[in-house]
Amino acid sequence: MSTELLQTLWFVLIALLWIGFFFLEGFDFGVGMLLPFLGKRDEERRAFINTIGPHWDGNEVWLIVAGGATFAAFPDWYATLFSGFYPALFLLLLGLIVRGAAFEFRSKDAHPRWRSLWDWCIFAGSLLPALLLGVAFANLVRGVPIDADKNYTGNLLTLLNFYGLLGGVATVALFLLHGANFLSLKLAGDLHGRTRRLARRLWPVAFALVTILMVATCFLTDLYSRLGLASGVIPLSAVVALLLAGSFLGRGREGWAFAMAGLAIILILVTFFVTLFPRVMISSTNPDYSLTIYNASSSPYTLRVMSLVALILVPIVLAYQFWSYRIFRQRIKADPRSLTY
Amino acid sequence: MDPILLSRWQFALTTIYHFFFVPLTLGLVWFVAIAETIYVRTGQQLYKQMARFWGKLFLINFAMGVVTGIVQEFQFGMNWSTYSRYVGDIFGAPLAIEGLLAFFLESTFLGIWIFGWDRLSKGLHAATIWLVALGSNLSALFILLANGFMQHPVGYRINPASGRAELVDFGALVTNPRGWLLFLHTIPAGLATAAFFVLGISAYHLVRRQQLEFFKKSFQIAAIIGLIGSVAVGVAGHFQGIYLLEVQPMAAAASEAHWETVYPAPFKVVALFDLTGKREIWSLQIPYALNWLYLPKDVGAIPGINQIQAEYVARYGPGDYVPLVALDFWMFRIMVGAGLLMIALAAYALYLPLSKWPERWTRGLRWMGWAIALPYIANTSGWILTETGRQPWIVHGLLRTEEALSPTLGAGTVLFSLIGFALVYAALMAADVYLLVRYARAGLAAAEQEAVDPALPVARAQR
Repeated sequence: MSTELLQTLWFVLIALLWIGFFFLEGFDFGVGMLLPFLGKRDEERRAFINTIGPHWDGNEVWLIVAGGATFAAFPDWYATLFSGFYPALFLLLLGLIVRGAAFEFRSKDAHPRWRSLWDWCIFAGSLLPALLLGVAFANLVRGVPIDADKNYTGNLLTLLNFYGLLGGVATVALFLLHGANFLSLKLAGDLHGRTRRLARRLWPVAFALVTILMVATCFLTDLYSRLGLASGVIPLSAVVALLLAGSFLGRGREGWAFAMAGLAIILILVTFFVTLFPRVMISSTNPDYSLTIYNASSSPYTLRVMSLVALILVPIVLAYQFWSYRIFRQRIKADPRSLTY
Repeated sequence: MDPILLSRWQFALTTIYHFFFVPLTLGLVWFVAIAETIYVRTGQQLYKQMARFWGKLFLINFAMGVVTGIVQEFQFGMNWSTYSRYVGDIFGAPLAIEGLLAFFLESTFLGIWIFGWDRLSKGLHAATIWLVALGSNLSALFILLANGFMQHPVGYRINPASGRAELVDFGALVTNPRGWLLFLHTIPAGLATAAFFVLGISAYHLVRRQQLEFFKKSFQIAAIIGLIGSVAVGVAGHFQGIYLLEVQPMAAAASEAHWETVYPAPFKVVALFDLTGKREIWSLQIPYALNWLYLPKDVGAIPGINQIQAEYVARYGPGDYVPLVALDFWMFRIMVGAGLLMIALAAYALYLPLSKWPERWTRGLRWMGWAIALPYIANTSGWILTETGRQPWIVHGLLRTEEALSPTLGAGTVLFSLIGFALVYAALMAADVYLLVRYARAGLAAAEQEAVDPALPVARAQR
């Protein structure tokens, strides 16, 4: 394979890892953010956690592997992004650390204060990463100050611009909807009805924010100037998918509502990655300083080795992750005897 | 303050903390897997209880290892971006493979194991914990191959156009003897850590004559694994030492405070250093003994720190190539001392069941609880030795630590994150130890119910 093809392949693969992460951890984060508000009694909160209990750790690995794959295939992208977004990533890490520990700790002591403490840790540890990832991704496509040596020259405040914050808030809203949809699919009895009603209430907010984000993407990034009218198709289809999700919600077809909101998440990320390509970090200082898949990548040899590794392993991983969701496809009741976490 | 120094402290803090949890994960998972397999094959409930009780403690520990591991994956780019650009072509590969091959495997199947007791057939359920064991140990292999490259770079060339190191031989990278020796040293260390963990907790209950059958059995299995593990750590460490002398003679010399090339060299049992840590004030020596340590190999005249320093100045240019000798000297002695004590204690634990129950037992068992600390001391001092012995290099012979930092990073930012990590880590450690102690003391009843009821006194919760 030619070097350009390999570089494109790895761009696509990393995009897929991020898409997988946003889709899967999206509902995880949503459930985590809803937890202290939606669960009135302790068994209810435990039922919520149990819907994602077998999966959250595996879902989080998508992020770790996206990071690792970026390191292996585009070391300069990894170096610029991670050193440049240092404060944001530090907060993201703290959020994920506290959240993971909280899942494991919260039910191991029955004291209400102990449990409430960890429930709020799960909330904060879900909200913070969701918000920061949205801000980071929006800034990636908007462009950030990068100098001729591929170093980020801004700070944390540089990222907190209108478009970046819009990306963050829209991500949080969409994850909340995605989480509520997931809960309504996984829960039984009274909780099922309650989460379904909640999803309906969350939908207008998510829809409005995502629509604004997609319109802003056409005007505030160079998507339109680079790709013309045809570029509008993907952001538009993201909005349409979310519209369909709303309509399915109204008719009580929660499976389809979950699928369509998930599709909207996928299409938003596709919009982002299409806007980026073939760049991986856009320099707002000078377009020539942008990192691209060509000037940020590993050697052709490394890319070839890693392609072979990915070709063998990715299908296996997908197969057993799919299997794990099939094992736990039954709905969960707020019954103390059936709860593990 | 200096961002390099702060970044080094942060790396040390996050890595030592991460590795506080990892060895127990690596070792205890085999206990659980073996116990559950015996249960599947024989149908004895005792072994199911064993899988569930030790599995519970495994889980409390595992979560901490996972979440602190994410920091490890990210901080190379965050604090050491120059390093990441320079060796990312090589170093990124084992990290990505670790994620794809190992992290997905262990996290997915652990999720299935925790929640799948009633959903899977017995055999299939036992298989999932074996896959977790495989995943976590593969993860150790690939991260140690990555570290092996930093200690002893192989399979690369410097690209004259880009000026960075690039991979030319993947086979050499994944068969690097330095990485494999680290792996062969770490796996038995994990087994020994788990064994002393099980021995200590079992002893706690045996002394109190609680759940005797269960904890006697656990104790006996752990004694066997503990002896095999701690002897194997020593053997692997011995061969690692011989190889270290070959590829990182400075680290080897520093760990012995061996200054001048002489044959045969004396072994220093203890030594005192001045405040620079690089000058010796006094030492207690055994003549010729340093050469005996490398037996059965005859290594000849062992190069001293002063000669290697002169040689490195000639090869790499002016500079100080001597690591902090005092630290490495003492870390090595603490590690080996703890290891030898572990071998003795494991042998004693193996012999105990032969002696008369309960008078002899309970007297000897009182020590076992405190011995849980020994492998942790050895694991930590071993890593401090490995990482500081390599200094001033981040990649031996290729890149210095002081050149590896992210150029945009301010001292204030690192100080902020260092304090943040320290506070959060301290709080989580407190919660984790609290839970481990609570569940360990509560005994078997706790394994079958999720939470130990705080309203019940510990003594009653045990029955």
